[in-house]
Amino acid sequence: MIWNEAKECMSRDEMAALQSARLVKTVNRVYHNVEFYRKKMQKVGIEPGDIKGIEDITKLPYTTKADLRDNYPFGLFAVPKSEIVRVHASSGTTGKATVVGYTRRDIDIWAECVARILYMAGLRREDIIQVAYGYGLFTGGLGLHYGAENLGATVVPMSTGNTKKLITMMLDFEATGIACTPSYLLHIAETIKEMGVRDQIKLKTAVCGAEPWTEQMRLQIEEELGINAHDIYGLSEIMGPGVAADCEFHKGLHVHEDHFFPEIIAPDTLEPVAPGEVGELVFTTLTKEGLPMIRYRTKDLTSITYDKCECGRTTARISRFKGRSDDMLVIRGVNVFPSQVEAALLEMGETTPHYMMIVDRVNNLDTLEIKVEVEEKFFTDEIKQLEQLSKKIGHVIHQALGIQAKITLVEPKSIERSMGKAVHVIDNRNLV
Amino acid sequence: MLTKQVSVFVENKKGRMEQVSKCLSDGNINIASMILADTSEYGLLRMIVSDAPKAKEVLEAAGFSAIITKVLVVKFPNIAGTLDKLMGLFNELDLSIEYMYGISTSADSATLVVKTSDNDAAAKVISEKGAESDISVICM
Ligand SMILES: [Zn+2]
Repeated sequence: MIWNEAKECMSRDEMAALQSARLVKTVNRVYHNVEFYRKKMQKVGIEPGDIKGIEDITKLPYTTKADLRDNYPFGLFAVPKSEIVRVHASSGTTGKATVVGYTRRDIDIWAECVARILYMAGLRREDIIQVAYGYGLFTGGLGLHYGAENLGATVVPMSTGNTKKLITMMLDFEATGIACTPSYLLHIAETIKEMGVRDQIKLKTAVCGAEPWTEQMRLQIEEELGINAHDIYGLSEIMGPGVAADCEFHKGLHVHEDHFFPEIIAPDTLEPVAPGEVGELVFTTLTKEGLPMIRYRTKDLTSITYDKCECGRTTARISRFKGRSDDMLVIRGVNVFPSQVEAALLEMGETTPHYMMIVDRVNNLDTLEIKVEVEEKFFTDEIKQLEQLSKKIGHVIHQALGIQAKITLVEPKSIERSMGKAVHVIDNRNLV
Repeated sequence: MLTKQVSVFVENKKGRMEQVSKCLSDGNINIASMILADTSEYGLLRMIVSDAPKAKEVLEAAGFSAIITKVLVVKFPNIAGTLDKLMGLFNELDLSIEYMYGISTSADSATLVVKTSDNDAAAKVISEKGAESDISVICM
């Protein structure tokens, strides 16, 4: 059940030696090719020669999402643009996207990492896999696509949207694997039930990720569809989906440590915490060429273990995520920041930026409702104009966030004002 | 010719209507006519009151969004077919009706509050051609 036994089952000493060699190379590369890293290292008085092995990693400064934004679009790329064969982008708080770039080798390694995960989930070259993540700037669709092709499976690039068509093809093609967000898979499961074709599907494995979900939900998916469901983790800044995933024992997500070095730190002191303790996950890429990341703070809260897994793999495992250390929301697999809503409303100019986002999960799909106060100056005495106003807000929000939201107009001053940091989000999903 | 109407945005929440009536009562404002246009999430309360600017003031002081719009208040005989005549006049001018409300509690006359796409034109056509059917615009 292991795609790359040489790498996934290395002894801890061998792994440390490999990581050390790769870190030294990476640090050299970024120091000489990326002004941002060079300046940051010079500021703390570090030279590439000071990094002799993986244990020296703590000498290096952290990198954050803000650094990526500040260097938009290609400022952190470590190779000439001619070497970049693909970019992906994700939405940011200020309307500026975060852009990530890949060399041909980066794409190959990404496909290797995803293939390891699909293989770990029990999928093989004989399988037919429907990729139902969004294709496009989002890394989900193409990431899983290339990985599944690398595995040698037959890939059906469904993307998202037409659930009935997806199920029809699932039946007609006798698809055995699916990759999508867990909430979408639950929606698919319900539709399958409604269509009365639960007994006809040949599906056996799902690889789900791109949004937080619980062990309960994973078991529910397994039960409702009679399949195995696996959790796949990733973030575009580091690579995309495929950084880590759980094996058949579901006791944490195996990190591809030969490519990504994980650390867990206390978000307040930024000091490393002991294995088993919850803290913020930090990644350093060890082989990335296009966009190497040095100690990138993911803001994801988790814990780590280095104990050998029952599956035989020796790679470190991170636990299911305990939340985010900032206010980013993941809704239907899309990163959403409350400040995006605020910026969109301000830009529109027809409402006050007094709003409340209410996130919920109804019929296993994330829902987003945004309450917006109707100020007198924007208020008319015709229902159709009020309806036009909410439609317009809905449109602006959709443009800004990339997802649909239900807009509810409310009375002025009816949204609670708070002292200090305003509360703009009520998340009723209870995921943790 | 036109009458000032006060419109208030009211969320569909328990007790909100009572707060509106309390504001008006405290301000000693009398309501001549009203209608609540509702959607699933909020209502729009339109009222003809004794003192529209004051009503707006007291409602706003209580945190409501209130605005004043001008509407036509049309008086006509309480006889079958008169409304049809009025609509005919509007139709001739291609005026559309945004909303209207009214009630007839008297034996001889009925009163209608109307907002059309062009209230001035509507008032004009009533004053020119309404007389033969005894339709007139009154000012509240
Ligand atoms: Zn394992």
